[in-house]
Amino acid sequence: MPFFEAVRLALETIRVQKLKSFFTLTGVMIGVMFLIAVVSIVEGMADYVENDFAAKIIGTNTFYVSRAPDFQDISDEEWRRIQRRPRFYPPAAQVVREALAGGPFRSAIENGNFSPAVVPGIRPRSVQAVATEANYFDIKQYEIAQGRAFTTQEVALGTRVVVVGSEVASYYYAGLDPLGRELRISGIPYTIIGVIAPQGSVFGFSLDRLAVVPYTTPLSRLMRPRGDVEKIIVQAPTREILADGEELVRGALRGFRGLGPAEEDDFAISSSESALSFFDELKGKLVLFGTALPAIGLIVGALVIMNIMLVAVAERTREIGVRKALGARRRDIIAQFLVEASTLSIIGAMIGALLGILLAKLIAAVTPLPASVAPWSLVAALVVGAGVGIAAGIYPASRASRLDPITALRQE
Amino acid sequence: MTATPVSTAAERQAVMQAAGSAPGPEWVIVTRGIKREYDMGGEIVRALRGVDVAVKRNEYVAIMGPSGSGKSTLMNIVGCLDTPNDGEYWLNGQLVSQMKDDALARVRNKEIGFVFQTFNLLPRATALANVELPLVYAGVPAAERKRRATEALEKVQLGQRMHHRPNELSGGQRQRVAIARALVNDPSILLADEPTGNLDSQTSQEIMRVFEHLADTGQTVIMVTHEPDIASHARRVVVLRDGTIASDETQTEFVTRLGLTAPVL
Repeated sequence: MPFFEAVRLALETIRVQKLKSFFTLTGVMIGVMFLIAVVSIVEGMADYVENDFAAKIIGTNTFYVSRAPDFQDISDEEWRRIQRRPRFYPPAAQVVREALAGGPFRSAIENGNFSPAVVPGIRPRSVQAVATEANYFDIKQYEIAQGRAFTTQEVALGTRVVVVGSEVASYYYAGLDPLGRELRISGIPYTIIGVIAPQGSVFGFSLDRLAVVPYTTPLSRLMRPRGDVEKIIVQAPTREILADGEELVRGALRGFRGLGPAEEDDFAISSSESALSFFDELKGKLVLFGTALPAIGLIVGALVIMNIMLVAVAERTREIGVRKALGARRRDIIAQFLVEASTLSIIGAMIGALLGILLAKLIAAVTPLPASVAPWSLVAALVVGAGVGIAAGIYPASRASRLDPITALRQE
Repeated sequence: MTATPVSTAAERQAVMQAAGSAPGPEWVIVTRGIKREYDMGGEIVRALRGVDVAVKRNEYVAIMGPSGSGKSTLMNIVGCLDTPNDGEYWLNGQLVSQMKDDALARVRNKEIGFVFQTFNLLPRATALANVELPLVYAGVPAAERKRRATEALEKVQLGQRMHHRPNELSGGQRQRVAIARALVNDPSILLADEPTGNLDSQTSQEIMRVFEHLADTGQTVIMVTHEPDIASHARRVVVLRDGTIASDETQTEFVTRLGLTAPVL
């Protein structure tokens, strides 16, 4: 039987039994709806991470040298090994600095944690405190909205100055000029000399609750009581030579630590690439778990369609008998019922895809989660729809095709 | 009445002799000693106990018998809906008694046009779509399908009602749609199972006239019925009783034996 004939027949059957068909479709519809919504949100997050997150948090063309890697899936075993690694003390930091000296790279020590910031009369809040060097502002490409960044001299002298994020300035000194005023961070008084232009947020986490101080001031010592360095941020002028920088640092540090050729690095170099590859892994898991539940919906949908098709075969036994008498082969009957089941299922999947897109947009609108509808997910929805239909239709279709025409024709 | 050829007893006897070999091309149907048994819950029902039937091209034959005589079983086998347990069945030169499902479906599609007592039209399809159905399974392209189906409907004077569904047609019209459907593939035989069983006597006469006309224009017609009145329209009447052939007579012999008046059409 020609394909279009079968589709036309299926659509006709659906048209005649609108309500029944609608209920038959719901399972597949809901399954596909959530499938599309989940995939869209995960895709949206992935887009976001690639375009915004990596650049904002890690920085463009930068890598970190530290004891433990960032953004990686680490087993307990690995973690214990990392805990045994030597810390970065100033001499090691100096080795990194010297390895990069004379090249086009910029580097800065970066210690950070969340510290309470206090201005008398205002409820204290915690800010993201960073203790670093003067060129950190260039590396991070921070735009100074007001005042100035601190200088190399101030870093050398350990002057207690702070450059704050826009949200810190507006929270503590709403309507006032924050420059020259005092901010106590973890109890240590700092003078505000600059305000960084708003950076926005990542996953609802504000990047503007920031306080940047010289690493030579007491706050740094408070963050790193042992006097070691948390990490060193290195920036290359272009993406192409980022790896060269990594190799320079790796070679110098291995030499400094006296590692033999067979030994592993006892430090970590993390770039935005590694963060992205970590996220890719995470995304894979999210898609897997996020699709498992809707998949159950699809199985239920398939069972409903199978049930309806079995009913259809029973109701249309005589029709099957007539078709067989007129020369329909087994495969013609199978094709007819498979196409009918698939048409039902594909229509359900298409409605589900539409609702899924709307759901994703709705979630994106009312929550900080981003959403991006991947074109492949729509194709996948149709393939899933057809697949569910075929899977659900195969048993009823094969039953129909095996009916004995004589018995089928005698059926009332 | 136009004379439609009837095979003679001698001819039929001759074609029965050569068991295992294909009959000549003038023979549309030759069954040699076909037997059919059913297992009805442990009890063996012997529906056909060795039936020899030979039908020449362009014959108009009625198969008659009371219920339980095996005429339905014979019709199913002749219509390739069923296969015999034993014996051979040659349809248009092909040995169909050994064929499997799909091969039988092909033969039904090409060689046989069914007309049923209950019409068996697809209720949701128009008359045209119903008539197109055998062509769909024959793989005929849509445009040609439509053309041939329209022609077939015009032949049974239903050209004006092509786009009506069965429930919008009278019984006689439905049966004529069924006849158009049966003929649209130019089958070797038109096989009618109680074609007037669900019709009033006037409509029955109308359908009998259609059959008459088909027989006159060269169509081989086989009609299964239990009504002697209807059977008397055929040029030859085969009577079955208890799974064997009780008589095989010409129309005149049959009408005379039963004391019927010859049908006037």
